[in-house]
Amino acid sequence: MIEVKDIYFTYPTGVEALKGVSLTIKDGEFVAIMGQNGAGKTTLVKNFNGLLRPAKGEALVDGVSTKDVSVAKLARTVGFVFQNPDHQLFSETVEEEIAYALRNFGFDGATVEKRVTWALNLLDLAEYRKASPFMLSGGERKRVALASVLAWDPKVVILDEPTIGQDHRQKENLRQFILQLNEQGKTVVIVTHDVEFVAECNPRVVLMKEGRIIADGEAKRILTDTTLALEASIVPPQIAQIFQGLTFLGFPSDVIDVSEAKKLLVEHFRGLRS
Amino acid sequence: MPSKAKHSLPIIEIKGLTYTYPGASKKSLLDVSLTIEKGEFAILTGPSGCGKTTLCRCFNGLIPHFYAGELKGGLTVADLNVNEHTIGEMAKHVGLVFQNPENQLFALSVEKDVAFGLENLGMPREQMQERVNWALKMTGITDLRDRAPHELSGGQQQRVAIASVLAMQPDIIVFDEPTSFLDPLGAQKIFEVIAELNRKLGITVILVEHRLDLAARYASHVIIMDDGKIALDGEPREIFNSEQAWLLGVGIPKAVRLWRLLEESGVALKGIPISSDEATQRLKEVLWR
Repeated sequence: MIEVKDIYFTYPTGVEALKGVSLTIKDGEFVAIMGQNGAGKTTLVKNFNGLLRPAKGEALVDGVSTKDVSVAKLARTVGFVFQNPDHQLFSETVEEEIAYALRNFGFDGATVEKRVTWALNLLDLAEYRKASPFMLSGGERKRVALASVLAWDPKVVILDEPTIGQDHRQKENLRQFILQLNEQGKTVVIVTHDVEFVAECNPRVVLMKEGRIIADGEAKRILTDTTLALEASIVPPQIAQIFQGLTFLGFPSDVIDVSEAKKLLVEHFRGLRS
Repeated sequence: MPSKAKHSLPIIEIKGLTYTYPGASKKSLLDVSLTIEKGEFAILTGPSGCGKTTLCRCFNGLIPHFYAGELKGGLTVADLNVNEHTIGEMAKHVGLVFQNPENQLFALSVEKDVAFGLENLGMPREQMQERVNWALKMTGITDLRDRAPHELSGGQQQRVAIASVLAMQPDIIVFDEPTSFLDPLGAQKIFEVIAELNRKLGITVILVEHRLDLAARYASHVIIMDDGKIALDGEPREIFNSEQAWLLGVGIPKAVRLWRLLEESGVALKGIPISSDEATQRLKEVLWR
């Protein structure tokens, strides 16, 4: 679905943000891109939809180089939800906000209407249809930004730091929502620092450091590798920290999920009793 | 210097506080009563829109002096009736550190940023230099003093923001989700700096936070708000293990969650761990026989 081949990117300020990154994301995958502040995560995903284009190397979406397609056309396939919703929202009402891109993509009036209603219901925003996005809370604005992207049904959805500013319950809703999108076949890419959120979602994790990819694999493996964690400024999830202190008793060191942790401990205790 | 004495004197006393923003129909704070003792490390949490930020604005007088609106009830901070003291006076006692350090920093060098508040107080040059040195040292950024804040990493910037507030030697520092924008290791280091200011200097810390896995271990007091009211107020272990905290859907630390799940499966372990270290220790004691 998305393929970058040995891409380099330098900002006009001279900051080399990407220094030879190659990555393939297949159709329907769920990928979390993690790593320290300034590692190049956001720069990388902006190369997935032509918001930025590599100085060297090649970025392909659905097999076509981003150099040969306009950002507007790419956006139809790859939807991007910004970290700060205020960088994205500008309309007077929530409804207008969601309708705007749909009209730009040339959908007819009836379809726009149908899609807007669908997206509002999907993200539990129906009551704010006529409200100004700027009267809403930060969490609600983030949902409007997401609704406006999902409305045009892109194949790939990129979310930059979706959990910032969300409380525990909103985060749980977001998690369910992302997993549901992914199950329905959408390719989902998130950029995040939120280790506990990633541990609960269990996606493929791509770890970046100083403009390069330093690891790529199952969340379970990447988040519990203490050497990698230190290198990428990640702290293993709390459950992993607990289990890493118990390996001498024969417990695995790669546990990140609280339910799995419970299961292993209950089995162990039963074994002790019998 | 703030005193090192812990749990001796109330530093924040709120009685029956009710507040409505100008033009709003709904009350943002409803009959809030709360006491925070000098030297405490208090975590303030609760669902979005529960009134956390509004309450913090009362601590330094932004409410009622800047936001106006309708305020009723008793509000005493550092022995001052907030109603009767200006934001400027309150700022000497209460410092604020925000989510995104970029919004707080503006000077051309770290040193200038940290000195800014002191310059405004008209502090003599020598004393100011001493104070800046101290604040840089306490936050571990002495070597960054000549750097431009916008060139630093997020974690370093947040330390500069903390140093700028610390330089004023406030009795209380309110941190509003100070690590949201930081990578996990950067976040952990910031929590360590905050804990040290609390432990070594006796500064009263109020930490507004959703992600409690990293921060819970430092807290002596947890306050959970819901819909403008105080829903829970007490000792961290009791609060995180209470039925009500779970129902409110706040971010209970994973170690506490694990204990609860084990109990439900018939494995009841003593104590309630709020950090991974505590949980590991407790499990080792039980299992290693």
